[in-house]
Amino acid sequence: MAGVQVANVSRSFGAHKALDDVSIDFADGGFYALLGPSGSGKTTLLRQIAGFDFPDAGRIAIGGESVERVPVEKRRIGMVFQNYALFPNMSVADNVAFGLSVRGEPKATIAVEVQRALDLVQLGKLGGRRPHQLSGGQRQRVALARAIVTKPRVLLLDEPLGALDKALRVDMQIELKRIQREIGITTIFVTHDQEEALTMSDRIGILRDGRLVQEGPPEEIYDRPQSEFAATFLGDANIFRGDAIGNGIKLPDGTTINAASGASVPAGAKASCAVRPERIQISAGTAKFDAGNANTLKGQVSKRIFAGNNSTYFVERDGQTLKVIVQNTGAERLAEGEPVVLSWSPDSTVLIAAN
Amino acid sequence: MAEQLAIGSRRGLKPALPLLLPAYLWLTVAIFLPLSAMVFFSFMTDLPLAGKEWAFTLGNYATFFSQSLYLTLLLASLRLGLEVTLWCVVIGYPAAYVLAKVLKGRSREAIFLLVILPFWSNGLVRIFSWAMVLREGGILDTALNAVLPFKINIDLMYSYPAVIIGLVHSYVPYMVLTCYLTLQAIDDSLIEAGRSLGASRLQVLKRVIIPLSMPGLIAGAALIFVPVVGSFMEPRILGGRTGTFYGTVIEDQFVAVFNWPLGAALSFILLAVVLIILGLAAPVLRRAA
Repeated sequence: MAGVQVANVSRSFGAHKALDDVSIDFADGGFYALLGPSGSGKTTLLRQIAGFDFPDAGRIAIGGESVERVPVEKRRIGMVFQNYALFPNMSVADNVAFGLSVRGEPKATIAVEVQRALDLVQLGKLGGRRPHQLSGGQRQRVALARAIVTKPRVLLLDEPLGALDKALRVDMQIELKRIQREIGITTIFVTHDQEEALTMSDRIGILRDGRLVQEGPPEEIYDRPQSEFAATFLGDANIFRGDAIGNGIKLPDGTTINAASGASVPAGAKASCAVRPERIQISAGTAKFDAGNANTLKGQVSKRIFAGNNSTYFVERDGQTLKVIVQNTGAERLAEGEPVVLSWSPDSTVLIAAN
Repeated sequence: MAEQLAIGSRRGLKPALPLLLPAYLWLTVAIFLPLSAMVFFSFMTDLPLAGKEWAFTLGNYATFFSQSLYLTLLLASLRLGLEVTLWCVVIGYPAAYVLAKVLKGRSREAIFLLVILPFWSNGLVRIFSWAMVLREGGILDTALNAVLPFKINIDLMYSYPAVIIGLVHSYVPYMVLTCYLTLQAIDDSLIEAGRSLGASRLQVLKRVIIPLSMPGLIAGAALIFVPVVGSFMEPRILGGRTGTFYGTVIEDQFVAVFNWPLGAALSFILLAVVLIILGLAAPVLRRAA
C-alpha cells in the first residue's frame, strides 16, 4: 500500500486542456473523492494515475516511485470500472482469479485468495456463476473483489456506484467504506455525486475545467469553500456579491454582510459571501431586529417546499432568490408571500475573492 | 425478454408466414429442387438425355471408394481448405482487430472499404490479375528485380502457393468481417480491466479477446473452409497442372467428361465429409466460444 503524489500534471487532447497543472497528494490509506461536473478532468486524472494514459507534463508517483511513464500493467493498481467490465467468458471465481493467474501464482494460492476476496465482498458462494447471472450490486462486488485480490498499492474507482439504483447505492457506499477500512488501501474514486463524495471520503478534490479548484476534508470544503464554484457544487449556497470591506462585503444596496472566515480581500475589491441555506434563521415580520453583529436581511417568501423533516423557503430579496432550509420542529410555518427577516451569524459566512 | 418471447409464441407462426414465405419459396425453387435433382442424378447410370437408357445404381458412390485417386484428392482439398482458413485467420484477424479497436472514424471507413473491395470485383478478373502478378516476368518478378541488386526468378504461377494466394485473397474478407463484428462488440473497458490487473497486452489478447471473438473466428472459418474445399476456379487457373483438386475433378465431370451422375455423387460425398467435420468440430468449438 502506498500514497499517490500527482505533481503539476497537464494533459491536452488536441486544443482541449483536459488537465491543467494539477497537483494533489493522496496520503497512504486515505479515501479520496475526485468530484466535478462532466468534462472537469476527474476521469482523465484517474486514468493518468492508473496508467491508461500518460501526462504531457508533470510527475506521478505511487509509493514514492515515479510511474508517469510506467504502463498500467506494471503499476500494481486495482481498478473498478463504471460498467464493472467483468469478463463475460469467465466465471465469477475466474474473474477474481485473473490478476493472480496472469502473474503465474500457484493454483492452490489462487483458490485460497479468491475465496478470501469473495468472502470479503460477501459473495463467497457465487464463485461458480457467470457475470450475466448476477445482479448489478453483485457485479459491483465481484469487480471490487477482482480489483483488490492482487493486493494493489492503490484502488481506483471510476464512478463505481453510478449504475446502481439509489437504495443499493447507499448500501454499497457503506460496504465500500467497510472494505476499504478493513484492508486499509489508498482509495481514489471519481464521482459527480456530491453526496457520495461527502459521505464516503476522507478528503475531496474538486475539479473544474481541468484544474483542481479546492482540496481538503469534506467538512472543510463545505464550511470554508474558497470559490463560488466550490460553494455551489458541493452542497447548496447563497452567494452575495459586492465590494469587500475588511471582514465582509457591502452589497450594491448598502447592506453589509459580515464574514468571520474566508479569504482576505483588499477593501474595495470585488468579493462574494457564501452562506449555507440551513444556517439562516427565518422569522416572520418586517422589523430588522438587532442581533449583535449578525447579518440580517429583509425579504418575502416566494415559495415553500415541504419535504417532511424540513422545509425549503425561497425568499425574494432585491432581485435575488435566497434559499433557506428550516428543520421541521413543529414551529409555525410561514406562508408564501409573507414578509420575513433572515438572519445568520458571521461565523456561518465565508468571504470569497472574486474569480 | 422472456415476456417478448411469450408474446411471440402466443401469436404463433401464422402472422409470420407472409414474411417467411418468399425466402423459403425462393430457397425451395432455387436450391432444394435442383439439389434434389442432383441427388437423383447421383444414383443414375447415365443422364436421361437424348433418349439414353438409364438405371438406378450405387456405382457412382462406389467409384469414389474403388479408386484411391478420389480419396487422395479429397484429402488434398481438405488440406487446402485448412491451410487457406489458417492463412485467412493469420491475415484477417489482426486486420479485424485494428479495424475494430484501433482505428476510429474516417480512417476506419477507408480501410474497411479496401477490405470489402475484392467482393466488388469479378472473381475471374481477380484470379487472372493474380496470374499476371505471379508469373515469371510478371508484375511481382519485374518489381522485385527492379529493386533488388541481385537477380531472382519468381515464377509462382501454376504452383500450390499460387492457389493458396488466390484463395486467401478471395476469402480473407469473410474472416475480416466476421471477426470485426465480434471484436467490435467487445467493450474496450474489458481490455483496460485486464491490463489494470497486471496482464500484458498479449495476455489480454489470449485470455479475453480471442475467447470472446471465438464466435466470429468460427463463423469466418466455416464460411471459408466449406467453399474452399470444393473450389475449382482458383486451382484450375492459378494451379495449372498442380491445381488438380477434388473440386476441379467434380467440375470436370460436369463440364468436360459430361458424367453428371459421378459429379453429383462426388459432390454429395464432399458435402457429407464437410458436414461430418463441422459436426465433430462443433462441440469443441462451442466449448472454446
